Amino acid sequence: MDIIIIVSIGIVASLLALIVKEQNSSIAFFVVVVTGIIIFLFILQKITGILLLIEQLGERANVEGLYIKTILKIIGIAYITEFGAHLTRDAGLSAIAAKIELAGKIIIITVAIPILTAVIETIMSFMPGG
Amino acid sequence: MLGEAMILFQIAGIGMIVAIIHTVLKQMGKEEIAQFTTLMGFILVLLIVLGKLSELFQQIKSVFLFQG
Repeated sequence: MDIIIIVSIGIVASLLALIVKEQNSSIAFFVVVVTGIIIFLFILQKITGILLLIEQLGERANVEGLYIKTILKIIGIAYITEFGAHLTRDAGLSAIAAKIELAGKIIIITVAIPILTAVIETIMSFMPGG
Repeated sequence: MLGEAMILFQIAGIGMIVAIIHTVLKQMGKEEIAQFTTLMGFILVLLIVLGKLSELFQQIKSVFLFQG
């Protein structure tokens, strides 16, 4: 029944934002921001369970801990980036939202560098005389 | 969960009350104080939202292993 709670919070928040927007549009934006935060916090509790499952599966499959940590970090960066970009786009600043998305992509690549080097080193070790 | 959602009503309430105070002060001819009230309401809500936002970021950090 969690989805019902989340949907009703969303509907109530949109009604409140519509009412407040007529009088004070900056505070209406804060209502939107807080709605996003509340739903995100709610979802994070569920995500913890999923991540535990992923870690256990990785341990059972003998995947190195560094790789799983990197992947989780990348997922986290992606969530934060998406959150920030959508909020900024809601505020009417789509140029800054595009920059936030670009920064997210670049930071994800920087985090993934150890995995990339591992892949490249593996390929190099296959090459004869390399 | 309902406690979390109360913040929404709090913020919307602050917004409406500030708007009413702004209108009343404007009718009384005190433009500057009206502007100041709006600014203070904005800062008050900003503080609430910032506290919530930092909580969210801390939670994300702890869930996605950014510390380790």
